Amino acid sequence: MASLTREETQALIQEVLEVYPDKAKKDRAKHLAVNDQSVEQSKKCIISNRKSQPGVMTIRGCAYAGSKGVVWGPIKDMVHISHGPVGCGAYSRAGRRNYYVGHTGVNTFGTMNFTSDFQEKDIVFGGDKKLDKLISEINELFPLVKGMSVQSECPIGLIGDDIEAVSKKKGKELEKPIVPVRCEGFRGVSQSLGHHIANDAIRDWVIGNRDGDNSFETGKYDVAVIGDYNIGGDAWASRILLEEMGLRVVAQWSGDGTLSEMELTPKVKLNLIHCYRSMNYISRFMEEKYGIPWMEYNFFGPTKIAESLRKIAAFFDETIQANAEKVIEKYTAEYEAVIAKYRPRLEGKKVMLYVGGLRPRHVIGAYEDLGMEVVGTGYEFAHNDDYDRTIKEMGDATLLYDDVTGYEFEEFVKKVKPDLIGSGIKEKYIFQKMGVPFRQMHSWDYSGPYHGYDGFAIFARDMDMTVNNPCWKSLQAPWQKPAEGEAEAIAASA
Amino acid sequence: MALRQCAIYGKGGIGKSTTTQNLVAGLAELGKKVMIVGCDPKADSTRLILHSKAQNTIMEMAAEAGSVEDLELEDVLKIGYGNIKCVESGGPEPGVGCAGRGVITAINFLEEEGAYEADLDFVFYDVLGDVVCGGFAMPIRENKAQEIYIVCSGEMMAMYAANNIAKGIVKYASSGGVRLAGLICNSRNTAREDELIMELARQLGTQMIHFVPRDNVVQRAEIRRMTVIEYEPTAKQADEYRQLAQKIIDNKMFVVPTPISMDQLEDLLMEFGVLEEVDESIVGKSAAEEATA
Repeated sequence: MASLTREETQALIQEVLEVYPDKAKKDRAKHLAVNDQSVEQSKKCIISNRKSQPGVMTIRGCAYAGSKGVVWGPIKDMVHISHGPVGCGAYSRAGRRNYYVGHTGVNTFGTMNFTSDFQEKDIVFGGDKKLDKLISEINELFPLVKGMSVQSECPIGLIGDDIEAVSKKKGKELEKPIVPVRCEGFRGVSQSLGHHIANDAIRDWVIGNRDGDNSFETGKYDVAVIGDYNIGGDAWASRILLEEMGLRVVAQWSGDGTLSEMELTPKVKLNLIHCYRSMNYISRFMEEKYGIPWMEYNFFGPTKIAESLRKIAAFFDETIQANAEKVIEKYTAEYEAVIAKYRPRLEGKKVMLYVGGLRPRHVIGAYEDLGMEVVGTGYEFAHNDDYDRTIKEMGDATLLYDDVTGYEFEEFVKKVKPDLIGSGIKEKYIFQKMGVPFRQMHSWDYSGPYHGYDGFAIFARDMDMTVNNPCWKSLQAPWQKPAEGEAEAIAASA
Repeated sequence: MALRQCAIYGKGGIGKSTTTQNLVAGLAELGKKVMIVGCDPKADSTRLILHSKAQNTIMEMAAEAGSVEDLELEDVLKIGYGNIKCVESGGPEPGVGCAGRGVITAINFLEEEGAYEADLDFVFYDVLGDVVCGGFAMPIRENKAQEIYIVCSGEMMAMYAANNIAKGIVKYASSGGVRLAGLICNSRNTAREDELIMELARQLGTQMIHFVPRDNVVQRAEIRRMTVIEYEPTAKQADEYRQLAQKIIDNKMFVVPTPISMDQLEDLLMEFGVLEEVDESIVGKSAAEEATA
């Protein structure tokens, strides 16, 4: 296949950088690299988690997006108040398809938008009283709400409202956790700091709530699934595999999750962490404070699933280990049939990815199971520990791009000519108009789940129907096509 | 000894920074480990301790580095006279940006970086004159400064400001543990000043913790960017600051203040002759009107 050599890839990066002014060029050069599997530490080849350059098109979000949109939002039996003017809450409402079970507006609130709708007077006189009242009203209107979080929008941090004091007072009064989260959008360089701030809020206001309470009966096979946001039902497709191998999933964070599950998490034997980027902080904290080990796993594609199931089982006894083998065996025929059907249609296709903080490395195995090759990948808001983990997953001389700009991504695609791009809504239509098959890898293009064996079948189908869609052959307008026989004539005369 | 966190408030120009640094030097002399956190964009809360014009501030360094997450504690924490640790929050020039947010960011940064975990006896926050927005109230939120000292003098506006600050404390005292710990009278040599401030303190439910007389040695030391205690340890004024330091160490009087009304304050000022009795008949009358009357 026509993959680029190391020299060609390096030359491509140089060519793309050429258009930038010197200062921007110097900065962007640090974020682009040719993968070298022999490198142990990514910091030698790529820089990440730095402020984006002004003037480029960046895809990043803000700290509020990281806290409200990612970490806290999916906790379904709590109300998450977008504290500040109305826009942040309205535009982030229900955007991430974190599926959940429950009666919305009765005992679950995931797709609803609660906001304090700040007005001029709230900025001038402060919004503490309004927040106090709002919390009381929510509790009255939705008596089954288990708790609330206060997600700070930018102005809260500017006018310096003491949301901690209000939260504490109301928490006592209502006897429900009210969690203040200082995730003002201007903090940090991307949504990544919002994840961290949200983790810290969980640490300070939730994790210790059941310390010293032994009424929960623990078991030796208790685990928690951390950092699965149940997009399109991902967490459900993962959870059944763990349960089939005999583990008890005590908590699921935060997709289809509950406050009570979070509070019970410090009682499990092992924390299984899916999205390392957004939830490693709280996992590390539970390891420090409660001695609970944590383990990263990957449920994309049968190769990685089997690897992960065995790794998880190795932590437990022989019963679980035997069960893990049974689970793998049970699904073998199923996933082999999926591969048999789709691999011939996808074999050798090249993929370029650009997603958030985990998938740029986690989905590589699933593509490889289908005979496809990921030739370029990058993260919006990763840190260098993510790139450390990526180098080994990616082939030698492939492209790595951190916080890629709109311009760079387009130029890379023009040269690398992938058969498929996996990225987000902001990239989708640009590349489709360029005639490149595209899948949204944040939302699964409103499909899913993609996790687990169930998810793999859907993943394979979706990739096939995108790459092999007949529409790509119809991109040229009829009047622009050479007339019958004309092409042959041109060829003959050449 | 548990860490005590104190905030110094008072009218602008009253001598908060000078008084704070001199009294902190006194505490250091008594073997106390102290940190000063300047919460004023002017960044002049540590110059006498560091002998510098103005220390590099947290916000300045953060703006340079890109974001506050890129800073290390060592970059912003300087050690001065008597091993006093010094930090300045810093902030924008007058008329632009948001100085209050600078204070919040700086204090969050210090907490996250573990500046308070070192073995410290006292932290002093030297705060901008008026509590104009939530940012400047940051130092007195829960788990931060629990003792507030107000610097004032026998002048009307200084007392007016002190009373206003007391009102602010009442608000925060109801939601947290912050208390008024006393008035520090920084004398302007007005008549019966000590009695006046003692009376104001009584009405506010607190004490005048110390009367700091006026002495030119303070200015002489200040020109040299030094505290009196360091510049001229034998000066009588140095002893005044030492006494203030000792009184703060021994202080146990922490109260929720009882701010007084504008009328009560005026009565008090009239009683001490700072303010003359208002002749209601002349209110709103121009000179011309008065002449024809």
